[in-house]
Amino acid sequence: MALTREQIASIATLARLDLTSSEIPVYQESLSAILEFVGALERADTSNVTPMAHPLPGLTQRLRPDVITEGDGHERYQLNAPQTAAGLYLVPKVIE
Amino acid sequence: MSALYTRTLTQLAEGLRRRSFSSVELVGELLARIEKNQPLLNAFISVTAEEALAAARAADRTLAAGGGGALTGVPIAHKDIFCTEGVRTTCGSRMLDNFVSPYNATVVAKLKSAGAVVLGKTNMDEFAMGSSNETSFYGPVRNPWNPQLVPGGSSGGSAAAVAARLVPGATATDTGGSIRQPAALCGITGMKPTYGRVSRYGMVAFASSLDQGGTLTATAADAALMLREMAGFDPRDSTSVERPVPDYVAALAEPIAGLRVGVLAEFFDQGLDPENERCVREALKVLEGHGAKVTQASLPNLPLSVPVYYVVAPAECSSNLARYDGVRFGHRCEKPRDLNDMYRRSRGEGFGAEVKRRIMTGTYVLSAGYYDAYYLKAQRVRALINADFARAFNGVDVLVGPTTPTPAFPIGAKTSDPITMYLNDIYTIGANLAGLPAISVPCGFVQGLPVGLQIVGPHFSEARVLATAHAFQCATDWHTRIPVGYA
Repeated sequence: MALTREQIASIATLARLDLTSSEIPVYQESLSAILEFVGALERADTSNVTPMAHPLPGLTQRLRPDVITEGDGHERYQLNAPQTAAGLYLVPKVIE
Repeated sequence: MSALYTRTLTQLAEGLRRRSFSSVELVGELLARIEKNQPLLNAFISVTAEEALAAARAADRTLAAGGGGALTGVPIAHKDIFCTEGVRTTCGSRMLDNFVSPYNATVVAKLKSAGAVVLGKTNMDEFAMGSSNETSFYGPVRNPWNPQLVPGGSSGGSAAAVAARLVPGATATDTGGSIRQPAALCGITGMKPTYGRVSRYGMVAFASSLDQGGTLTATAADAALMLREMAGFDPRDSTSVERPVPDYVAALAEPIAGLRVGVLAEFFDQGLDPENERCVREALKVLEGHGAKVTQASLPNLPLSVPVYYVVAPAECSSNLARYDGVRFGHRCEKPRDLNDMYRRSRGEGFGAEVKRRIMTGTYVLSAGYYDAYYLKAQRVRALINADFARAFNGVDVLVGPTTPTPAFPIGAKTSDPITMYLNDIYTIGANLAGLPAISVPCGFVQGLPVGLQIVGPHFSEARVLATAHAFQCATDWHTRIPVGYA
């Protein structure tokens, strides 16, 4: 199935990706080709097959007790932040 | 003392324990090789020479005092996907170009406590998305067997570094073949353990139900030694498996006489280069000559593994990579107009073309109206493939076949068509979808280029997979070949 320019722009919006106008046709072509390629899955008979979400069948997600195990490392972690002040991450103003 | 670099990781660990040479000598020799070859191969993103020499001096003191662990003083490199405290961890992306990890991945911590000395961080496809190491923000890695060719990917830097004997072993990760495919293309041994065997904590996430850490080394014995130190339960990884780690090194002695080997019919398809096939068929004769019982095996749904993968992996990737928002770490664009503009431009600038392609594919297959047709359908076909493997392992102990359809290809040859590139992993993806342990070992050469034999086992059969590979390497010498110019 061929995706339109508008569909690519809408996917990019959902994915929060800024695309240049020259990138759009490139992804139009390659995403359409990928969707056609994975379309082969339609041919498989999967009636009564339970979808597999985990590679080790039967294994369930382990839970841990709800207790604090990590110390406060925010100063160390914030060394990687683009902008901080008073221990907070700064972002452009959201509410005027 | 010269030419320590030609020795295997196992031999070096032993030599260090006997104090036949020092870790400082060994590390110095390898750092010089890395420096000399970096301009051509581009196998490293960061070289941590000073830290390595300091760690080597400390290792020598420990060894002199009669102490030390299994890898004390042994030099290794980490794929730049593993977080290393105080060292830049880029994942091959502009997005993380400035990221200095505040903590160690469990794999890094475990190898450190076993005594390994880290020489640096190796180059890789951006966020491990690629089969040729051409998507790295830091430029392509070149194949030591021929610098015009790709080393494979995504663990191309680790593979090239080990093949060129710049380091005796390196960590790597495998989501769809990213350990085994570069191992095959570079003529070395690449081991991907069972999903959940090696902790994913601190390993930058790509597709969480498929990602698994493993090793690139010259030999299966080296892989056994390294994996024994890396594997094990980790409460910090919610899918880590609580199960004791066998002594993989001790298990290498296990004979393969009577081993039931299934030859995967689907792996000998029309895409397989006839010369690759010849090498793999000869390898089967070697196994047979050592008492293995070779039979035919079939996984009828395996041809759908690549389409399943290119729904599941992008879906998980689009979710995992949502964390790169320019807020807490990673690239942030200049002068954002508002929050949304910051997200969009930071991500648009920080991610490369292939990563964006996969994020968008994943976003699409998870979006309203398409989820059932693509994502859920793929997860159902994944169950069929898993059931195929389970059935096959009722009759055989291991499954074997080629690792890749062809030997290494030229840089640039497949970059314009993503699907041609994706088909490189046609024989490796199945093991990821089913979470199985698998190894690639060198089994011959085609026009001077190495070919890989793949051995896949049932869940948690690493010991047997490694022992089979080791038996093959005891009977052949393909794994001892070093590319011209690096010997």
